[in-house]
Amino acid sequence: MKRLIFILPIIAFAGLAAFLGFGLTQDPKELPSQLIDRPLPEFALPGIADEPGGGPGLSSASFRGEPRLLNVWASWCAACPQEHPVLERIAAEGFPVYGIAWKDKPEDSRAFLARYGNPYAGMGSDFPGRTAIDLGVTGAPETFVVDRHGRVRFKQIGPISPEVWEQQIRPLMQQLRAEA
Amino acid sequence: MLAEIGHFALILALLVAAAQAVLPMLGAARGDAALMAFGRSAAGLQALLISIAFAALMILFGQADFSVALVANHSALSQPLPYRLAATWGNHEGSMLLWVLVLAIYGAGIARFGDNLRATLQARILAIQAMISVAFLAFALFTSNPFARLSPAPLDGAELNPLLQDPGLVFHPPLLYLGYVGFSVTFSFAVAALMEGRADPAWARWMRPWVLAAWVPLTCGITLGSFWAYYELGWGGWWFWDPVENASFMPWLLGTALLHSAIVTEKRGALAGWTILLAILAFSLSLIGTFLVRSGILTSVHAFAVDPERGVFILAMIIGATGTALGLFAMRAPQMKSGALFGSVSRESGLTINNLILMALTAVVFLGTFYPVIMEAVNPANKISVGPPYYNLVFAPLSVPLLLLVTVGPMLAWKRDDAGTVGRKLLVPAAFAVALFAGLSLWLGLDKASSAFGLALGAWLILGAGLVLARRWWGAGGFSWRLVRTTPAATVGLALAHAGIGVTTAGISAMSGFAAEKILVMRPGETAEAGPLAVTMLGAEEVDGPNYRALRARFAVRQGGGESSLVSERRLYSVSGNQTTEAGIGVSIAGNQYVAIGDVQSDARGQGLVVRIYWHPLVGWIWFGGLLMAMGGAASLADRRFRIGAPQVRAPLARGLVPAE
Repeated sequence: MKRLIFILPIIAFAGLAAFLGFGLTQDPKELPSQLIDRPLPEFALPGIADEPGGGPGLSSASFRGEPRLLNVWASWCAACPQEHPVLERIAAEGFPVYGIAWKDKPEDSRAFLARYGNPYAGMGSDFPGRTAIDLGVTGAPETFVVDRHGRVRFKQIGPISPEVWEQQIRPLMQQLRAEA
Repeated sequence: MLAEIGHFALILALLVAAAQAVLPMLGAARGDAALMAFGRSAAGLQALLISIAFAALMILFGQADFSVALVANHSALSQPLPYRLAATWGNHEGSMLLWVLVLAIYGAGIARFGDNLRATLQARILAIQAMISVAFLAFALFTSNPFARLSPAPLDGAELNPLLQDPGLVFHPPLLYLGYVGFSVTFSFAVAALMEGRADPAWARWMRPWVLAAWVPLTCGITLGSFWAYYELGWGGWWFWDPVENASFMPWLLGTALLHSAIVTEKRGALAGWTILLAILAFSLSLIGTFLVRSGILTSVHAFAVDPERGVFILAMIIGATGTALGLFAMRAPQMKSGALFGSVSRESGLTINNLILMALTAVVFLGTFYPVIMEAVNPANKISVGPPYYNLVFAPLSVPLLLLVTVGPMLAWKRDDAGTVGRKLLVPAAFAVALFAGLSLWLGLDKASSAFGLALGAWLILGAGLVLARRWWGAGGFSWRLVRTTPAATVGLALAHAGIGVTTAGISAMSGFAAEKILVMRPGETAEAGPLAVTMLGAEEVDGPNYRALRARFAVRQGGGESSLVSERRLYSVSGNQTTEAGIGVSIAGNQYVAIGDVQSDARGQGLVVRIYWHPLVGWIWFGGLLMAMGGAASLADRRFRIGAPQVRAPLARGLVPAE
């Protein structure tokens, strides 16, 4: 009996080690997005143009009819210039990319696009950051794949690298286009 | 060149540690004095080599040598020099190097100050220290080499996370590491005792200063971390039950238990099994704390190296160290003598209850921290975390009996005491605390009774600490300076540390019962009220810092008759694009006024700044209490009884025999 008490700590520890070992096989970066297979939250954002109201802007209603990418970015974001060439390439390959400038002053967004080029088919300004909260954005950049019915099908956290585009997102876009 | 010197020194240190892990152990087994002496020289050499490596890395950071990958990834030219130097340990690789440096310094300390240790015990302890060293050095060299080169070298580096660009970072991690790693020494003491099959009073006396040497910096580190979170993270709280905070808190709880049970082992030869188990667990929880931060098992603001490969390595290390030690414990501990008997009302039984409650508290925090991991193992779709409500519900009720006991403990006599005698000694503080509780409850209303109880508990603890000194200073002939002068430093330390718990308890109680907050959108000229504060926004403007742009808002704060002004900033670091909040805090003994600004937002009356206003009564007491506890520990460490030789327990000579010398 007394002996058993002394063995107890190592038995408890063995159980814990098993759980910790299991925990290691899980990826904490794989955040489940609540939005997958749900409709894009409703938003109507002003544009970033240098005119009252900011120009045409962007609304969730326009995500209908064909699959599109929605890229959340900002001029202050360090990884965005790195992702930019990939976005240009995506646009050049004929896939429409729309943007939301998150917590970014319209003049800063304009300066960024003037410097690096503008791959976006449409742009909304989310300076207060409210739409980003609805979208569940955790940081910039993030990209959503939205299908022809306006449903979110995929979410990329962090910049889209050429590999991610070629191996994950482009096949998905092609598949979504093929879906009747 | 410098990077290669550092790398080479680290490799040499690994080889020295490998030899130190084997040879002294052999020497102790064979009684070979030369092999045992090798352990002492090797420990010194190891510390020297790792110091060279650490200095090399620090110089590389100071010179901003971006051809070293670590430097390029964690410092930028626009960063002020002190923060470039602090960046040495503000990242995974550098902090592992700091870890092995501290480990080696403790090892050298055992070699240098362990003259009065039994030679075999010292040799075994040094060998076990070296085994831990080998594991961590191999970890640093093979999975996270701080000296890896980057080619081509960039012109400027990526910035250190701006949250970490703060004086808090300069001291917080090294202090925590001194604590975590310090428990490696007590771990080695415990394992060596199990190997020798002997845990006697002399062993406990040798170990106690090392427990204190780990506990004091850990206390400082946790206090500083809590303070840093309060004023840098801008959340207005002082403790968040974040997994990484818990990772430092659990070794602290067990270290506190160890501190007390080692006293019983030293004075009375009892509880040796407890002391050994606590020493093993305290270090194991330090390792698990490292595991948590490095492996990314739990997502947290602190997790800065999410890499499963490193996690596997650390898990293997934990299994090796803790598994072996607990295995030895299961085999050897039942055979060890369990010392003297004691009555149910006695100092020993008081300290046993203290240990049991501290263990239970540790278990509560442990469950709260690991419940998410376990739940996820059961159902992978579950990504949950356990919030403060759990801890408030379980931790607080468990800690109340412990805090009540803290004042009783020092009044108890060793071996046997009776409740009546102890009760008479405690009459004055008990009467005062009850009166304070009743008065506060009536004055503040019964809905604040729990906070009133907490404040009375604080008074009970502070008075109890005072009583310890008073009983020492007032002898049969009244108060005497001679008695004050001859009070052992350890007694003063006891009083300081126990009073510190009281001060912290009072601070926590006031914060939980009487804090006020308000979050709203404000425009210049507007006034808002929160608790006793009336805050007026004076204006806001953009300003430029050394490596950031900031929006700065000025406020006038009125409270009672006084008026003061506070400034809060929202900083944008241009290189990394990170944002931080610098809160404006007005500090006084009665409490802190806290104002922090957020984004520009619109409400019904147009655009303005989001402003958070807090009134935090007695919040400074929380950290001052922590500081008092650390000072108490330091005072005990200075006690001269630790420096004179430990009592040698000799086998009594048979009648008629005379010692040969």
